[in-house]
Order: sequence, then C-alpha cells, then structure tokens
Amino acid sequence: MRCIPSKEDMQRELEARHGKDLQQKFTNSTVAICGLGGLGSNIAVSLARAGIGKLILVDFDKVDISNLHRQQYKADQIGRFKTEALAENLREIAPYIKVETHAVAVTEENLEELLSEADLICEAFDRAEAKAMLVNGVLEKLHTKYLIAASGMAGLGSANSIQTRRITNRFYLCGDGISDVADNIGLVAPRVMLCAAHQAHMVLRILSGNFEP
Amino acid sequence: MVKINGEPLDMAGKTLAEYLASTKYDPMRIAVECNGEIVPKAKYGETVLQEGDVIEVVNFVGGG
Repeated sequence: MRCIPSKEDMQRELEARHGKDLQQKFTNSTVAICGLGGLGSNIAVSLARAGIGKLILVDFDKVDISNLHRQQYKADQIGRFKTEALAENLREIAPYIKVETHAVAVTEENLEELLSEADLICEAFDRAEAKAMLVNGVLEKLHTKYLIAASGMAGLGSANSIQTRRITNRFYLCGDGISDVADNIGLVAPRVMLCAAHQAHMVLRILSGNFEP
Repeated sequence: MVKINGEPLDMAGKTLAEYLASTKYDPMRIAVECNGEIVPKAKYGETVLQEGDVIEVVNFVGGG
C-alpha cells in the first residue's frame, strides 16, 4: 500500500476546514444509509469525505454491470456485495472511518435492530414500496432519529427541480417528487448525485444545528 | 375544511382510510403526515379528519 496520511494529519485538515467544534460533531456521529445504489453510494462518499465518524451501510445486493453508470463502484467489483465493495472504496478515501456493514434486506421486523445506533438515517432505496416501508417504519418506531429520504430523481429533468423539503420535525424529503424511474426515463449520474448531495448536505446541516432545508 | 397537500377539501368527519380510498394513491407507496406528525399505517382506519387539519400525503416514486 502506498503511503497515506496519519489519522492525526487527516483530522487536523478536516478541523481546519470545518472548524474544530463542528468537525468534532461530524466525527462523533453515526449515519445509517439504507440502500447503496446511486443515492446511497454517493451519500456515503460525501459523508466519508466530510469526516463523519461512522457509517452503517445496509444493502442485500451485489454490484452489477448496470450499476456502473451512476453508482460509486468499479468495473472490477462486479459480483461483490455492495456493502463490502463500498466499504473498501470509502477506506481508500477516508482510511480511518468506521464502517459497519449489513448485507441484508431492511424489513419492518429488523429495522429497529439495524438502525438503533444511528443518529441520522438516509433512505436511499430504489423501489417506491421500499422507500415508503422504511419511512413509515422509522418514523413510527425510531422517534429520536432524523430521517432524510428521497423521491423523484430519474430522467433528464432540470437539475434545479431537485429540492429538500422538511415534512415533519425529523423527516426531510429530497428530490423533485415526481420523476419516476418506472416511466422509462432512466437514471443519469448527475441528477441522482444531485439528490444524493441534497441528502448528504442535509445530514451535515442537521449536525451543525441548522434544521431548515 | 381539511387542507390536504395544500388543497382545502370537504373531508372533515371522514377517516383517513376513506379519503385515501377515494384517491389514486397506492397505499404501499405513501406516508401520511397530519399536523406535523406521521400517522401510523395501522391507524388510517381510525384517524378521523378534523376541521382545520393539515395533511400531507407523501407519494414515493421509484429510482435511486
């Protein structure tokens, strides 16, 4: 392995950019990401770069050739669990991050156990039914968490229509709300990354004490 | 009047389940917020909409 900076050097650089107090909040926080596709893999990269202390990554799926056009995986990772491949990629970016992985499907039954340690939870699933299940489950069962979900980022619609809205005190929703991948408009990397960036950015804003979108 | 997704509707006295049944929403793809709180799915049938309630039905679409 090539020479990498020490943990202390990396922490000092993050503190120089974010301020010591804010970086301490980032370092001490745990964020769960449910779904590691175009949204989740990009959220994870943003949060790892920002110096979030611990990520909990949840996805049952394996890297497929059809993922490479928008997701943060590499061609030689096809066939591997996304949890494992993403953890490896994150450690290349942020070698001292703590990553906990669960290669399972999130269900109403296991979500409390999987997500109880997280301070904030990002919903990053693909299917509308899975999104609704997670949102209802988290908001009904895990009252102290912040939840940042996404809906509507398919196609080549305007980048400017992707927004963050605050639905309840602890529930935020990013996206344009309408662009459904089921309408055969596909997903392109920049628009999915925009939505993922909205989610990751809202995580950082909440941790910094800014609760408005 | 009950304000649902910004629109005043004459739904006071009806249950949330009755309102949803009158719409095209797929119950498996939604979350419902009432006056700032999420309504548990199991309570749609017993949640009676009150005069002045502000409701948002969040309808999820696919892609991620």
